[in-house]
Amino acid sequence: MTSVQIEVLLQTVISGIFLGGLYALLGIGMTLIMGVMKIINLAHGELMMVGMYIAYALFSFFHIDPYLSIFIAAPALFLLGVMLQKFLINPVLTVESILPENQVILTVGIGMVLSNLATIFFTSDYRSTPVEYATKAWYISDFWKGSPIELSISFAWSVSFFFAVLITALLWFFLAKTDMGKSIRATAQDTDAALLMGVNVKKMRIITFGLGAALVGAAGCLFIPIYYLYPDLGGQFTLIAFVITILGGLGSTVGAIVGGLILGLFESLTATYIGMGWAPIGRFVIFIAALIFIPGGIVSLLKKQRFG
Amino acid sequence: MLEIGHIDVFYGDVQVIWDVSFCVKRGEIAALIGANGAGKSAILKTISGIVRSAAGKIVFNGKEIQNVEPYRLCEAGISHVPEARRLFAEMTVNDNLDMGSLKGNAKKDREQTKAMVFDLFPRLKERRNQLTGTLSGGEQQMAAIGRGLMSKPSLIMFDEPSLGLAPILVREIFSVITKIREEGTTVLIIEQNVKQTLAIADRAYVLANGKIVMEGTGKSLLNDEYIKTAYLGV
Repeated sequence: MTSVQIEVLLQTVISGIFLGGLYALLGIGMTLIMGVMKIINLAHGELMMVGMYIAYALFSFFHIDPYLSIFIAAPALFLLGVMLQKFLINPVLTVESILPENQVILTVGIGMVLSNLATIFFTSDYRSTPVEYATKAWYISDFWKGSPIELSISFAWSVSFFFAVLITALLWFFLAKTDMGKSIRATAQDTDAALLMGVNVKKMRIITFGLGAALVGAAGCLFIPIYYLYPDLGGQFTLIAFVITILGGLGSTVGAIVGGLILGLFESLTATYIGMGWAPIGRFVIFIAALIFIPGGIVSLLKKQRFG
Repeated sequence: MLEIGHIDVFYGDVQVIWDVSFCVKRGEIAALIGANGAGKSAILKTISGIVRSAAGKIVFNGKEIQNVEPYRLCEAGISHVPEARRLFAEMTVNDNLDMGSLKGNAKKDREQTKAMVFDLFPRLKERRNQLTGTLSGGEQQMAAIGRGLMSKPSLIMFDEPSLGLAPILVREIFSVITKIREEGTTVLIIEQNVKQTLAIADRAYVLANGKIVMEGTGKSLLNDEYIKTAYLGV
């Protein structure tokens, strides 16, 4: 390989990891909801779109940096998630219907309403937040004069990645170390047993949906300095989150992180070596391959190792 | 302490419990025995609110609890060690024990109670950082009992604690149950292992087809001709 080829490969891998970090955050929110509620939230991408419009509005009207608007968008999305769960999804849980998965269908409807509301309020124009650091980049030769290869790292991408890792770490701490986090995991693993331990399962469902929405809202704030925004963008990200959830293993946060990274890397490699337009096809190749070859997701492979 | 008055329970459209009444007095070991499908587990699930009774009432410490939200019963002092253990398999022993002590005093005294549980089951202390899904059946039962004790209950209910265990472990579990009673916790146990259960029970009820057909002290039932032929195979 010539040094140019190595540069291209490394550059591709780096952007793949950055993208994967953001994807992981997107997937974790969906997998959390999946674990506790046993439903796929098909409004997940639309919730992210809402988070992005919040960041966009704050930037356009008050000149608030998109990264700072995490602190507003995430709590706002938490509240939105809580409301959706409490007033729309929970009542549907108790209704007897001919369709067993009517909550899933409800989330599709919620997604449609959200994207149409966005069209009404913001029109269907493409939006972005033109921050001044959007085109800034770090070059490896700035730090290491004699470097044999030259790599550039986008400032916005690396900051987004840093926040994604930080939020994931905080979430891990919450789920692993606090009583409420443990209660959420317990509810996901065995609802009746959690009830016997005194866990208010209904409340946990509401909090989990809020948390999943807050995570994807934060992911929206991390995406907007990098992506364009339009009302229909949600559907695409719902699909991405869905693929990550299937690839990682339903309900597994570790699986979502690994799945997100794999998908990010794979898309980045496809875009460089096959062509930009092929990335979504690569995504669904992975999806189908996961369904056929590792139906339990990555987490099932990890488990096999652990249980010997 | 616990009074069950004329409860009827349905699973879907099928009635599984017919007009059952019994009581558990403070400080004793009460037992419900009966064959598979007699309705024993249904009764425990009704007491802890996972299944609702269609009629009748359940009184605990003078208060009617049949309409109380199930998650509040743990704090009220009822602990239910469910059938087949129902541990949180992907959490460690330590986290499972923490889950048993989420509220009020139980949370405050968590480390103290945990030390007591580890005294009772030294094996759990060795394995406290292991996922409960990787434990042996006996260890899982110990973890489930330990988790049930973490809420510092005044009444602890065991659903078939001997299920699937080797005879030597069954003896250990039964001796722990007697120890729990000696330390002041009232016990309600349901079992298919009739002989060993009656040997430790102060009061016992025999359940058949969702109805109570006999009651008496553990010893008197152990010597009863009907019990001997129907359940002990003597």
